[in-house]
Amino acid sequence: MSSLHRIWAVTAKELKQLSRDRVTFGMVVMIPLIQLLLFGYAINTEVRNIPIAVVDLSGSALARALTEQVRVTQVVDIRTHYHTPREAEAAIVAGTVRAALVFPENLAQRAAGGEPLAQWLVDGSDTIVGSALLALRTMPVHLAAGGPRGAYSAASPSFEVALFFNPERRSEVNVVPGLTAIILTMTMILFTSAALVRERERGNLELLITTPVHSLEIMIGKLVPYVFVGLIQITIILGLGMTIFQVPFNGTLGNLVAVTLAFIGASLTLGLLISTIAKTQMQAMQMTVFILMPSILLSGFMFPYDAMPRPAQYIAEVLPATHFMRLIRGVFLRGAEVSQLQGDMIWLLGFTAIMLAIATLRFRKTLD
Amino acid sequence: MNDAAVEARGLSRHFGDIRAVDKVDLQIPRGEIYGFLGPNGSGKTTMIRVLCGLLTPTAGEVRVLDLEIPRQAEALRRKIGYMTQKFSLYDDLTVAENMRFMARIYGLQRSAAKQRIEDLLGHYALTSMRDRFAADMSGGQRQRLALAVATLHQPTLLFLDEPTSAVDPENRRDFWEKLFDLSDAGTTILVSTHYMDEAERCHQLAILENGRLRNQGSPDELMTQLDSRVVEISGSDLRRVKDRALSLPLVQSAAQQGLHLRILMSPDTSDPLSYLRQGLANDSLSFSMARPSLEDVFVAATQEQHSS
Ligand SMILES: Nc1ncnc2c1ncn2[C@@H]1O[C@H](COP(=O)(O)OP(=O)(O)O)[C@@H](O)[C@H]1O
Ligand SMILES: [Mg+2]
Repeated sequence: MSSLHRIWAVTAKELKQLSRDRVTFGMVVMIPLIQLLLFGYAINTEVRNIPIAVVDLSGSALARALTEQVRVTQVVDIRTHYHTPREAEAAIVAGTVRAALVFPENLAQRAAGGEPLAQWLVDGSDTIVGSALLALRTMPVHLAAGGPRGAYSAASPSFEVALFFNPERRSEVNVVPGLTAIILTMTMILFTSAALVRERERGNLELLITTPVHSLEIMIGKLVPYVFVGLIQITIILGLGMTIFQVPFNGTLGNLVAVTLAFIGASLTLGLLISTIAKTQMQAMQMTVFILMPSILLSGFMFPYDAMPRPAQYIAEVLPATHFMRLIRGVFLRGAEVSQLQGDMIWLLGFTAIMLAIATLRFRKTLD
Repeated sequence: MNDAAVEARGLSRHFGDIRAVDKVDLQIPRGEIYGFLGPNGSGKTTMIRVLCGLLTPTAGEVRVLDLEIPRQAEALRRKIGYMTQKFSLYDDLTVAENMRFMARIYGLQRSAAKQRIEDLLGHYALTSMRDRFAADMSGGQRQRLALAVATLHQPTLLFLDEPTSAVDPENRRDFWEKLFDLSDAGTTILVSTHYMDEAERCHQLAILENGRLRNQGSPDELMTQLDSRVVEISGSDLRRVKDRALSLPLVQSAAQQGLHLRILMSPDTSDPLSYLRQGLANDSLSFSMARPSLEDVFVAATQEQHSS
């Protein structure tokens, strides 16, 4: 009995302390709440609204009718029309669209002969997107308005599909580069988020801020070692990915290093900002998890960005991991140049600068 | 150039309802060892932090080394050394690494830093433990390391916050030798303490209690102020005598010290001995005037305020 009393005494005390620690208390409530909402939206693996382009070389009414039939499936969202398949391929490399539907000049002939009507050019670097588009291969189509459905079936598919970058649709190809985003998010933010807090807790900070060292110097000084940590980590992940899983590296080292540094910068400075907000190492840890969970769920790592509902996409756009996910898949798997993906790159660099500025401003050299 | 190293007028620092420092006026001359004497929670650390520019005063004016604080705190940082109450160097760095780190922070030139560190290691008897982790050192060793680091850049003003609280008496004596060396070399030293023996070594003292400045002056001056107010009583059953004595209106405090009862009389007592003889009316007791100690000064300073 007295044991139960003691347990209750401790429990009551912990609850009391918890209720007074606003941040921890907030996290206790917010983490399940927000994660539940995010999961609820994002776990919908029914893929919709994949951005695609249409290339109609036939210029026929039939092509327009087929395009409309593809559109109403809602699996795809037709963003643009190109004149040549090459333009479409370039757009796929740049990540503006994930696939292109190409109608050949001899569309009418093919329809008459029961051959596949058109070709899908698909970015296979995201396997979920690839699968969704592959499913369209055998979709039933009306050849004439109001007419009967054509004799297209699994045996004689309505479309041909050319899967780029990952023709065998091996998920490792997609997962390994994506994993770099997740692991870097986790470690980079984790390392730096505790950086200042630890010094404050151990009393080091009181001495440090009595010296002539500038806030920005402390900030950057703390970040630099982790840039190397990040580079080592990504080398390990991609190196193992290439050797063990035969993930193809289709890009150049320069592009890879550039996007990686931008992302490391964004993650480290975000961690640093957390460090200026958190009062204890425990709080820093909780805030890190708070960033990490949506980064895993919403960045396009687990579920395709395009298939997520709008609110989830808005949140995803705020996360550095989302931008890095696009960049790394682009430069690593599709051989894209940074210049083709400059929107995400500029976003990461801007984010880094802003986080560093806020962290430095927040960090006062006083104990007030 | 001003004579005072530190000048404060109406200095206050509150934390919510707590007045950690409350309307303090200070004038600390250059070149002296100046002590803040006060019990725990009396505001010593807060005072030092405000003077260093680490805490913004709630009210009042502060000038330290002719710089207006906190506005010019950044300029002050090169000129001061600060030894925090809690050891604040890095436990997971060695002695030499800690010193090198701080030398770099203070922007010492490479070769100059090297020489300075060697000198300090020698001067503070740390040479043999240069590769020891700070975490693995004794209280006295850590304190010497902290002082060595605080003086690394040869500051003109040193703040030492209870520097000897984790140190045995012998190390404490050695430590004070080092402080006198620094003082002789022209460094102004501000040291907080709650030890009377330590306070007695200071050139000047400020007695703090509950954030208020209760009294200040040299230890001798302060003790002389109490001449003819301290009485020693010896005899039997001193515990009962103490209770009786405390009930007398002119008795300010009574404390048993070994075989004696030490009585502090209020300032307006004309003849303490006969007053006590009459008041206590106990023939077995013997009474004598005693030389005031710093402890008496402290008790007097803190109790007068309560009774008034
Ligand atoms: N950061 C703070 N927040 C709230 N109260 C504080 C803070 N620092 C000190 N105090 C309070 O101010 C008073 C003086 O503390 P301090 O300056 O540390 O005294 P000392 O150093 O003489 O022991 C104490 O009551 C303490 O609790
Ligand atoms: Mg203190």
